[in-house]
Amino acid sequence: MLRITGGKVYDPAHGIDGVVKDLFVDDHGRFTSSVEGGRTIDATGMIVFPGGVDVHTHVAGGAINFARAMTPEDHRRTQAFIRTKTRRSGLGGMAPTTFATGYLYAGMGWTTVNEAAVPVLSARHTHEELADIPIVDKTSLTLMANNEIMLDQMEKGEFERAKQVVAWYLWAAKSYGIKAVNPGGVAAWKWGKDAKQLSSPIEGYSKLTPGVIITQLARICDELNLPHPMHLHCNNLGVPGNISTTLETLKHLEGQRAHIAHSQYHAYGGDGWETICSETVQLAEYFNSHPGITTDAGAVVFGNTITITADGPWQHLLYKLTGRKWGNLDVENETGCGIVPYTYRPSNLVNAVQWAAGLELLLLIRDPWQVFLSTDHPNGGCFWRYPEIIELLMCADVRKECLKAIPDRVKSKITLAEIDREYTLGEIAIAMSAGPARALGLARKGNLGIGSDADLVIYEEDTNIQKMFGHPRYVIKAGEVVIEDGDIREAPQGREYLVKPACDPGTDEFMRPLFEDCYTMSFENYPVELERIEHPEIRDCSEATGK
Amino acid sequence: MPTTFHLKRQPTVPLEAEVLSPDILGELSNSEIRALTVYHGKRQLPLGDFFDVEGERSTNLLLRGDLNKVRWIGRAMSKGTITVRGSVGMHLGAYMTGGRIVVHGNASDWIGAEMKNGFIHVHGNAGGQVGAAYRGSLAGMKNGMIVIDGSAGLEVGMRMRRGTIVVGGPARDFTGLQMKGGTIVLLAGAEIRTGAWMNRGTIISMKPLPLMPTFISSGAATPTFLPVYAQFLKPLGIHLPFRAAEGAYRLYSGDLSVSDKGEILVWQPAL
Repeated sequence: MLRITGGKVYDPAHGIDGVVKDLFVDDHGRFTSSVEGGRTIDATGMIVFPGGVDVHTHVAGGAINFARAMTPEDHRRTQAFIRTKTRRSGLGGMAPTTFATGYLYAGMGWTTVNEAAVPVLSARHTHEELADIPIVDKTSLTLMANNEIMLDQMEKGEFERAKQVVAWYLWAAKSYGIKAVNPGGVAAWKWGKDAKQLSSPIEGYSKLTPGVIITQLARICDELNLPHPMHLHCNNLGVPGNISTTLETLKHLEGQRAHIAHSQYHAYGGDGWETICSETVQLAEYFNSHPGITTDAGAVVFGNTITITADGPWQHLLYKLTGRKWGNLDVENETGCGIVPYTYRPSNLVNAVQWAAGLELLLLIRDPWQVFLSTDHPNGGCFWRYPEIIELLMCADVRKECLKAIPDRVKSKITLAEIDREYTLGEIAIAMSAGPARALGLARKGNLGIGSDADLVIYEEDTNIQKMFGHPRYVIKAGEVVIEDGDIREAPQGREYLVKPACDPGTDEFMRPLFEDCYTMSFENYPVELERIEHPEIRDCSEATGK
Repeated sequence: MPTTFHLKRQPTVPLEAEVLSPDILGELSNSEIRALTVYHGKRQLPLGDFFDVEGERSTNLLLRGDLNKVRWIGRAMSKGTITVRGSVGMHLGAYMTGGRIVVHGNASDWIGAEMKNGFIHVHGNAGGQVGAAYRGSLAGMKNGMIVIDGSAGLEVGMRMRRGTIVVGGPARDFTGLQMKGGTIVLLAGAEIRTGAWMNRGTIISMKPLPLMPTFISSGAATPTFLPVYAQFLKPLGIHLPFRAAEGAYRLYSGDLSVSDKGEILVWQPAL
């Protein structure tokens, strides 16, 4: 039991914007109306937020593990976590190790993360790693948009069958939702091609187009009543002029729910690397006039990082552009993955445009319930740099200062300099917690209402925004004080959220021959057993989720 | 007067002694030096357990004994000198930014790895990965000079970006692997796959080399920089021929699997 008294509370889900209010936590780690006894935290003069929710990050699984293995040079220079009584050893840096990931997230007040790209074939590995990420609660999304068995059904026009296949895969992967990466493009990459046009048939298929995959997958998410809509990484990521593809994709999705991942990477004009410019005004305009659709920024911060994505063809291009290391994974019939270390530099024209575009989207999309804080960790920058972005959002002066480091020839390509908006604390609470929790359909996260999980963060008010958000005074997870005065006090195991969509019992027998025909592992070994998930919390999808 | 270190007890496992650097020892008294921590495997012990130390407060160090199990000597040093009478272990002068190291004996692997500047002279043989990049790093030595009178091991100058490496004896496989710049002089040639994946940079060999098929012959000539370079190496007792009467260099460009900007020059004496 715990009470938090005197804090200035920000709970945007309940319209509470900086009201001094006491909070009470019961023995089950949930908010309640009052408690007797237990510890009291005096938060007088401090700021209380719901714990952060990362809607899009890559923290576990084959790809990030490959990234860790590929960057021993980063391990030599990065922060080391030394083992203590409550803490395991690990390394921070561009791709932190599992335990360190939990400590770093919790250390800045984030209590729920969504691992955004899991192939079913590496789902078992991913869940093992997620179990080793302490403190935070987890969800994971399954990569579907290039799954050959599903694509074959779509090609044949068997929508119902495709839906059953997706439902089967979701439960096989013990996942929380669907991620679509470069629909059709990764399948085409296996032929050495990409899918650049939404209306052109995909390599290896006669009539299936990326546009069909996008609309049908979004419909499948709706019809399966998944709590989180389709999580879409659009085609032509990172390519100059890709704004037309992104807008066309959004038009395909009209009337449906969708979450557009890391939209910064999809908001470029121009027709080459020399002419690239930010087209965030157009994209933000679309979001402003379509309130049903959400996105996360995928903001870029300058410095070293490593890029990992299922978008194999893009990563090959990036490797050719940079001449750095390149890793490529093929995941049999499901997807692929590319890994390239990268350094974002303010002096680089493209990088400067990317940096500005991420912030522009966060500032130009008016409703903070639609655009969330993310760097697409580790692609645009590491998650532990979120406080820097919060500062840039809250302080126009700091942005102006940073703009001075940008070459003059970039200034005509971006609109950041003309934006005066500054986020309020309440808006930050939406972008880092309440908004993503709502988009993920996690009703007990991202708010401080009675019955919700007591995940919260308490900051000492400071004019140095970066310091304030980087070093919270307390972080409380499920009613347990995990961080206090900059120290990790407890590192409890978090939960994992799963969905169990309705699936036609005959799907097993439909899948078996197809599976045995083309996979290298046996059918029985493929689905992840429920017993393998630590602290699972299963979401029944029978009731309709509000559109 | 240099501070002298005499190895009195042979370590049973590698001894990590990055404290043996003029930057760290320059201002310390004799007792402070002896109290510095070295790592004998996982055990932390005082330096005095392994060395008799004479002298103090000097940036000139003299090391005596069979130090082939002592690692990281002169790590990241920026000034002063280290003279070794005997052999030394791995990572000698790694990350150094200045100063001089002279070894009268043999050296092991990774000498001058990722060094930024300074000078290393090994009078005996050296191991592999001379002036190389550590695993995963993009660049090896960025400047400075390494001279080895004897032979050298695998991957000499791997991913080096600038600076000079001279090997008097034969070098083993993968000399200049993934080189990005700088110069490697091979006075007695090298074994196979010299210059594999080299992007830029120059390898000069006084002896014929078995070249990979991804290098193409680009004619015979003596580049204009060679006389200048020969002049630069002369004070070190290294003779680089360049007069037309003596012969000419055959130029090979590659490694074509990544670039055509790398060059291997093979000396062909006049008949």
